[in-house]
Amino acid sequence: METKLLTQYVSDPQQHTIERAIEHGAYQAWQKVLKEIASADLIQIVKDSGLRGRGGAGFPAGMKWSFVPKDSPKPKYLCCNADESEPGTCKDRVLLEGDPHAVVEGMMIASYAIGCHTAFFYIRGEYDVSQVRMSKAIDDAYAKGFLGKNILGSGYDLDIVVHRGGGAYICGEETALLSSLEGDKGLARLKPPFPAVEGLYNCPTIINNVETLANLPHIVMKGAQWFAGLGTEKSKGTRIFSVSGHVKKPGNYELELGYSLRDLVYGLAGGILDDRPLKAIIPGGSSTPLLLPDKIDTKLDFESVAAAGSMLGSGAIIVMHEETCIVWVAEILAHFYMHESCGKCTPCRQGTGWMYEILRRIEAGHGKMEDIDTLLDIADNIEGNTICPLGDAAAVPVISTIKLFRDEYVYHIEHGKCKVRSEFKLRAK
Amino acid sequence: MILSDSAKLQISQTAKRYPKVRSAILPALHVAYEEHGYLSDQMYEEIAQVLEVKFVEVAEAASFYTMFPKAKRGRYLIQVCRNISCALLGSHHLTAYLLDKLNVELGEITADGLFTVVEAECLGSCTTAPMMQVNAHYYENLTVEKVDRLIDEFRSQK
Ligand SMILES: Cc1cc2nc3c(=O)[nH]c(=O)nc-3n(C[C@H](O)[C@H](O)[C@H](O)COP(=O)(O)O)c2cc1C
Ligand code: SF4
Ligand code: FES
Repeated sequence: METKLLTQYVSDPQQHTIERAIEHGAYQAWQKVLKEIASADLIQIVKDSGLRGRGGAGFPAGMKWSFVPKDSPKPKYLCCNADESEPGTCKDRVLLEGDPHAVVEGMMIASYAIGCHTAFFYIRGEYDVSQVRMSKAIDDAYAKGFLGKNILGSGYDLDIVVHRGGGAYICGEETALLSSLEGDKGLARLKPPFPAVEGLYNCPTIINNVETLANLPHIVMKGAQWFAGLGTEKSKGTRIFSVSGHVKKPGNYELELGYSLRDLVYGLAGGILDDRPLKAIIPGGSSTPLLLPDKIDTKLDFESVAAAGSMLGSGAIIVMHEETCIVWVAEILAHFYMHESCGKCTPCRQGTGWMYEILRRIEAGHGKMEDIDTLLDIADNIEGNTICPLGDAAAVPVISTIKLFRDEYVYHIEHGKCKVRSEFKLRAK
Repeated sequence: MILSDSAKLQISQTAKRYPKVRSAILPALHVAYEEHGYLSDQMYEEIAQVLEVKFVEVAEAASFYTMFPKAKRGRYLIQVCRNISCALLGSHHLTAYLLDKLNVELGEITADGLFTVVEAECLGSCTTAPMMQVNAHYYENLTVEKVDRLIDEFRSQK
């Protein structure tokens, strides 16, 4: 069963309007924060709730906030990361289109916690409806006096600026997002310094994912203990999982962390398309290693997916049935990382291109047996040798597919074609 | 002058929202693209003047992102997602079908000036694959029948 905490109202076609959102309780948490909660206490509440980032890495949100230096005379900034571009992932869009005021309210609460007076909403440029709805939500929040100067007589000022990206996956990486926001190319930066200490315009900056922020109103209204009661020991709350690929009912499903992968794929998502056998699952977006069918009973929480050999990542579950050619999958993902590498460090800039070329050659039937080791070599040279995690992410599909399906690579090279057919026809109707 | 006065006004207004004016380069590029459907050196220059930044700063930023092309495209820019979730549901056939139907090569403009077809990486619509973006709009759960109907619609709107 789904646990609809963040997605309770997203199917209400009017929820994006401020009137309907307020009927459903929007901005009560914001008013409560302004009236009764000191920023230090707010950080403690979020720490106690156990909320971890939903953007990919799962870093504890309250702890990240506490890295912002309190005595710094510089302005502090909050950036809401709505760049959502990890292949397979479309869960933030559910909130941005379906309940934008929850995201705006989350940004307000996080801003208050860290002492920020100008927050940025960084949204991927292609998300048209999301951008329109979020801009309107922000404008309407100003009109109601929830944003601006001396908000509701509290003495607290806050502005939110909407910033549209220009189409670049790398800008979802937090330091690249900051470069982009400063008007530069979206190049990643070496850490440390971490953005919490030195981020936007060299000032302390917190970057949080859309879904992370949308949890905050609930935590403020219902309390840290209540939130900590959802999920598993170390993975609290719910997550919105995007289930795509070869399932009968693809979609975004909000589940308590710790839900079984089997129940999601064979239950909520309706099972495998055409009732074929399952071949593999990518559990956390394209940057996470594949899982074989024997891992179908894995629980969906940070620790269990890691123990199964992958990562919960962005919560994007990509399902592939037995007719999927794995070399072809690796080629598609390699093309993506080659296209999206920002080019700042050599191993990633060069390596992603080489990996793609080799995979394309194998897929086209001109592979050589030594190509397999060359691929592993290149991936190995990228891993750990780059400025940002995109390089590692690019190495993951290559390493993981060779490790789990080496025989398919060998077959491909020996026979010049797929072991399995992967001609997925476009449906007629 | 290529950019309209209202576009320039919009750019200078937007710039006021940022602590540093350079941050308004991306928003300015969006304004220019929306007005013209492509970008040019002349537009970079005009943006640079409005924002009082250097030409190269605008040019460098613009060249990094996929949404600010310098080439003109058809009135309807069709971007078919080629990434994994869409590919698993036949997006490659969708691209091939469109190219064949419109009798055009990837990236070119159809003879009537209406369409350009390109491939895009994941557009965040993976649970409603296969999908394509046409100008600003997303079209999802595509089938041959749906694509035929859409193309007819675009043609009749001209
Ligand atoms: C290449 C790359 C792309 C990323 N894309 C996104 C993204 O689109 N959205 C997002 O929230 N985080 C993304 N992240 C993670 C961010 O760097 C950052 O960790 C996250 O926004 C922090 O928010 P959280 O702590 O609330 O999860 C990406 C990371 C990498 C390395
Ligand atoms: S790893 Fe790739 S994306 Fe990241 S900084 Fe280096 S070149 Fe850029
Ligand atoms: S893979 Fe096509 S929209 Fe995500």
